[in-house]
Amino acid sequence: MTIRQVKRAHVLSVVAVAALTLSACGGQNNGSGSESGGEQLSGPVVIDGSSTVEPLSIAAAELFMEKNSGVQVSVSASGTGGGFKKFCVGETDISGASRPIKAEEGKVCTEKGVNYTELQVANDALTVVVHKENTWAECLTVAQLKKIWEPDSKVANWKEVDPSFPDQKLDLYGAGADSGTFDYFTGAINGKEGASRKDYNPTENDNITVQGVSGSKGGLGYFGFSYFEENADKLKAVKIDGGKGKGCVEPSVKAAQDGSYSPLARPLFIYPSDAGLKKVQVEKFVEFYLTNNDDIVKAARFVPLTEDQKKKAKDELAALQAKAAGK
Amino acid sequence: MTATTLVVDQSLKSGRRKGVGPTVFAVALWACLAIICAFLFFVLAVIIQKGLARFDLNLVTEHPSRLRPDTSGVKSALFGTIWIMVLTALIALPLGIAAAVYLEEYADNTRWWNRLIELNIQNLAAVPSVIYGILTLGFVVRGPLSIGAVLLAGAISLALLILPVVIITCREALRAVPSEIRSGSLALGATQWQTTWRQVLPSAVPGIATGSILALSRAIGEAAPLLLVGATTFLTFNPDGVFSRYTVLPTQIFSLVPLDRVEFRDLAYSTILLLIIVLLVMNALAIWLRNRYQRRW
Repeated sequence: MTIRQVKRAHVLSVVAVAALTLSACGGQNNGSGSESGGEQLSGPVVIDGSSTVEPLSIAAAELFMEKNSGVQVSVSASGTGGGFKKFCVGETDISGASRPIKAEEGKVCTEKGVNYTELQVANDALTVVVHKENTWAECLTVAQLKKIWEPDSKVANWKEVDPSFPDQKLDLYGAGADSGTFDYFTGAINGKEGASRKDYNPTENDNITVQGVSGSKGGLGYFGFSYFEENADKLKAVKIDGGKGKGCVEPSVKAAQDGSYSPLARPLFIYPSDAGLKKVQVEKFVEFYLTNNDDIVKAARFVPLTEDQKKKAKDELAALQAKAAGK
Repeated sequence: MTATTLVVDQSLKSGRRKGVGPTVFAVALWACLAIICAFLFFVLAVIIQKGLARFDLNLVTEHPSRLRPDTSGVKSALFGTIWIMVLTALIALPLGIAAAVYLEEYADNTRWWNRLIELNIQNLAAVPSVIYGILTLGFVVRGPLSIGAVLLAGAISLALLILPVVIITCREALRAVPSEIRSGSLALGATQWQTTWRQVLPSAVPGIATGSILALSRAIGEAAPLLLVGATTFLTFNPDGVFSRYTVLPTQIFSLVPLDRVEFRDLAYSTILLLIIVLLVMNALAIWLRNRYQRRW
């Protein structure tokens, strides 16, 4: 009975599995022969998950495939939750996540026999920007930002944000509703992903936000921190008071890395499955993801890991590899 | 609108006498046509204007890339689309034509089950495409078949999607074959099978071909069901078999549009232009087939 079921479930993918096994074996054999880079990896690496992590995984995939043209890395973005649904039934090798896996998601994975490891691969930070000559908004609290951006907000003047601010028309720029930036900002500020006022200038093109805010004295906008760094001469970044007693924190690589720039900074993760890591091309890809992390993070314009975070991720991977070799 | 209808009615009653009615009606019809054409030309003009910027050889010779915004293309998606179209045609056309032949030439319309089948096929043609995606996800990607999110699964979902349309258009084509041809063939002693295979089907080829190509043209632009059954947003290799992972042009457009670089926006427009060109080529083929075979018949 069980054998028949298994047979039926896999009868059509037998060819694919056979091909995969062969190629995986080939990779291992070559690997033991010449360690110094002559090995020919091949086979698929299937990645899904958060749309925020997607650009990072794509950058990793492109850089990896430049050196390993035989490996077929495919990346999709079903969202963090959607990615885990596929991951926990074994359809993907790696799942990207913009938050740690939830307990109930982990339970589903374990029940299906999918074991996984959490590896932090980058930090994500958003920057709220204003016009260079804006002297009043040095620091904004999350409550003030919420007042501006919440769904039925009618705030149209800086004076309404805080009575001490001057009488200056508020000119809002923000991310379009399709972007991960929009989801993150609305989630962190308004408490619910996708909840935002509608009467602002939405754009998927951060350049337009730069032009808009730098051209309007009452302008206010937000986008990824690394993009602010590239345009730091044109705009001013607002300090954020997360309301947790840490006071006003200026956005910086360090503040994003250590988590003090809250709530507009967060860690990003990938979750390789144990079954995935048994395939040599997936294992090498994850290793590449961590060893070339700086290049990947730079290409995808995120905030890099600290040395400690890098070491932690590499140690975790090394432990996994040792465990796999021990078996 | 009501006024126009009334005027037309009166002019019909008054026989040959010419009034303003027919002129008004004709003008109204022309206006409708002009509005539709205006929309079409507006959309085409925008796409051509914005799409030409990146409409070069790189588009079809380079794989997608996020690191090379200037030279990236959609090669893997173009090949994925071609693969999936061929597979979809291989699955949907034999099934659809066979079903149409049964319903038109063999089935007894007075039987309730045949009428039920007919009614269901017409209903299925109106089912939203994403439903076929969910169906395929549940029964082919996972569930009983469990072949995974591969090319074949995508082709099956699109084949299911266009099957009702293929059946309906094939039946129309078969119905258009004069019954004298059938009667003549049967009178000369041919069996029903010989009549269908040697007389009716060849006569119906132009209609069947046109209908099939138009049905495939609908499938080529679909992104919704394919997103469910595994068309990836980023992939840099051509499919190497029916169990390969894949991406298609509509999903590439879908994933390029929200990116924050202007180059990718231009690339999205160029990809739309490419998709429209592929569509126009298919439609032109349908028209050519129809005209050519019609002349012979």
